[in-house]
Amino acid sequence: MSKSKAEEYWRRNIRLIVILLVIWFLISYGAALIAPVLNNIVILGFPIGFWMASQGSLIGFVLLIYVYAKQMNKMDDEFHVSDTDVKLTKAEEKVKIRKN
Amino acid sequence: MGSRGILLIFLLLIAIYVWRAGQLDHQYYPKPENGNNNNLNETPKSVNLWRIGLILLCFALGFGSLMMLGSLETVHILPKKTSEWILFAVTIGLYAFVGLNSRAHTLDNYFVAGRRIPAFFNGMAIAGDWMSAASFISMAGTLWLLGYEGLAYIVGWTGGYVLMSMLIAPYLRKFGQFTILDFITARYNGNLACIIAALISVITSFTYITAQVAGVGIIMSHFWDVNYYLGVFIGLGSVLFCSLLGGMRAITWIQVVQCIALLTAYFVPVTMLSWRETGVPFPQLMYVSTLENIVQFKTTLGISEGYITPFNNWNVWNFIALMLCLMCGTAGMPHILVRFYTVPTASDARHSTGWALFFILLLYLTASAYAAFSSWEVLKNVIGKPIKAVPAWASTWAQLDLIKFDDKNRDGLLQFNKLSIDPDLIVVSKPDIAQLPLSIGALVAAGGLATALSTADCLLLVIASAFAHDIYSHIINPRASLRNHFLLGQIAILIAAVLASLTALRRLAIVVQLVAWAFSLAASTLFPVLVLGIFWKRTNGTGAIAGMLTGLIMTLSYMIINFAYPTFNILGIQHVAAGIFGIPANFLVTILISKLPPPPSQDEIDLVEGLRQP
Repeated sequence: MSKSKAEEYWRRNIRLIVILLVIWFLISYGAALIAPVLNNIVILGFPIGFWMASQGSLIGFVLLIYVYAKQMNKMDDEFHVSDTDVKLTKAEEKVKIRKN
Repeated sequence: MGSRGILLIFLLLIAIYVWRAGQLDHQYYPKPENGNNNNLNETPKSVNLWRIGLILLCFALGFGSLMMLGSLETVHILPKKTSEWILFAVTIGLYAFVGLNSRAHTLDNYFVAGRRIPAFFNGMAIAGDWMSAASFISMAGTLWLLGYEGLAYIVGWTGGYVLMSMLIAPYLRKFGQFTILDFITARYNGNLACIIAALISVITSFTYITAQVAGVGIIMSHFWDVNYYLGVFIGLGSVLFCSLLGGMRAITWIQVVQCIALLTAYFVPVTMLSWRETGVPFPQLMYVSTLENIVQFKTTLGISEGYITPFNNWNVWNFIALMLCLMCGTAGMPHILVRFYTVPTASDARHSTGWALFFILLLYLTASAYAAFSSWEVLKNVIGKPIKAVPAWASTWAQLDLIKFDDKNRDGLLQFNKLSIDPDLIVVSKPDIAQLPLSIGALVAAGGLATALSTADCLLLVIASAFAHDIYSHIINPRASLRNHFLLGQIAILIAAVLASLTALRRLAIVVQLVAWAFSLAASTLFPVLVLGIFWKRTNGTGAIAGMLTGLIMTLSYMIINFAYPTFNILGIQHVAAGIFGIPANFLVTILISKLPPPPSQDEIDLVEGLRQP
């Protein structure tokens, strides 16, 4: 893979990570900081401040990881690499060298 | 027979085991070259589905017999004691069977399970590995005690997976050797960095194991009426029995089984309670009505501490700091990260974090419901009753000072402020408090054992590989034979396990706190160095070494000072969140020192560039 292409891949990876981590920060730390305020809102009997920390943010985390894995797979396809075979043999080679 | 006699028998068993394992090693590893050849002949993608089916079938049979025992108990054919001991033997035997069946035959199998574990099962194994005695035994109890503040543990232990899946796991898999220490050695080009990182992962894992052994001690002392000390030793024996057997490959499949066992054990009692209290078997949704009951009940009693209101036990800084430590610690935990080497590709590494978090959520989403239902049962069944009528389960623990009744106004009735229960007891005693059938209690015990054992297995493997693989065969004797390699690993496991149980006997803190210490340590030492090593090319070996040491010293000293003198604190931050000082210090020192020459070598830069490519 050419150098510029590899750099573009990495730049897009970083951008995706930054976006997702901002959301991650908001639903965990952001929600905790304003929990006393959120607790005044009650939906289906749950005070939202308490619900966010006990269940809401956790569901958010799974979604974030899912989105990241999906997007990265898509990007891998776009850059025409299915990393299955190539990477495996490379890794196995390293192990082999190491053991000898 | 006193506990000393049992201890002797136990040591004898270990000795027999080690001797037998040595024989097996002779058989399987005649020459190192053979191991290599086998390895090359294996086709990497072919996972033996037949074996998986067999394992899960055995597991189903084991659980079936458990339920049968439960029903035998209710018609009084079997005495309670006997059935509980049978259950114990069956569960441990089952894990041992799975372990023996998938015993490692090559080095790759021993340390990274042949790199052939599919993402789904790896996720399940991570979840089984991850959910330790802290999650199973102690977390609901902490919520019960602290209310909102306890949720810092829940958010912290799940949010870390986001960091892991984006910042660390896929790159480590692309690097593809055996442990994270291999990565640190290659990236920071030196033995010194490797030794320091190895020692840090040993300290972290050791703290973590102590918590697991303490958890096993609590379960054993409750369900099998042995005393806590003996319980600790039996627990230790079973951990060794399972983990010495087969290395990573066996551990992976054992953990898949244990993950199912612990989730079932957590779900069944709380679902039954939800059914009984609300008529709907979905505790995760229905606990909201129980929350209202608790708030009402406490208001009528005039208890001001809110369950839902945040920040009345801790201030907001401690809450945030603990969350950050647990998250960064999760992403830097050596025994979890090593699991990502067991999957075939980087894409599988990303997917398996997702699956892991999914299985973890099953338990964590239920934890707050578990706490709420337990809290309600205690308020309803225990408070306001005469102290003399305290049920039998409570009196065993009163002897150990885990439960205290303090009759301040001498009216002989149990009021809320007279009762102090150790939070570690909430989950294990719940079937008793709520008067659920006996077999449910046994189920919870089996599940608790599964959690503690599955985590301890992997931690011990980290310690073994730190000594045998990273320190001994990397640095001291690069031409060490495979046999010596394994032998040293097993000796390290033995020593670590015995020391951990001796520490666990002292019960320094409740289980979640012990575990939180381990996370603070990992967060302030390994996490920054790993992240910078991947995302900042300029990081060099000197910087990483200085950073790890600074982080370790800062965190340890704050932890020890605050633990010994709780009045000393900064912004009200407690010893469990001590990593909050070490994390930024580590980042800062690593960056500043790395700016100095020498720049990282061309090899190291090539390594980083290799990691960044798809």
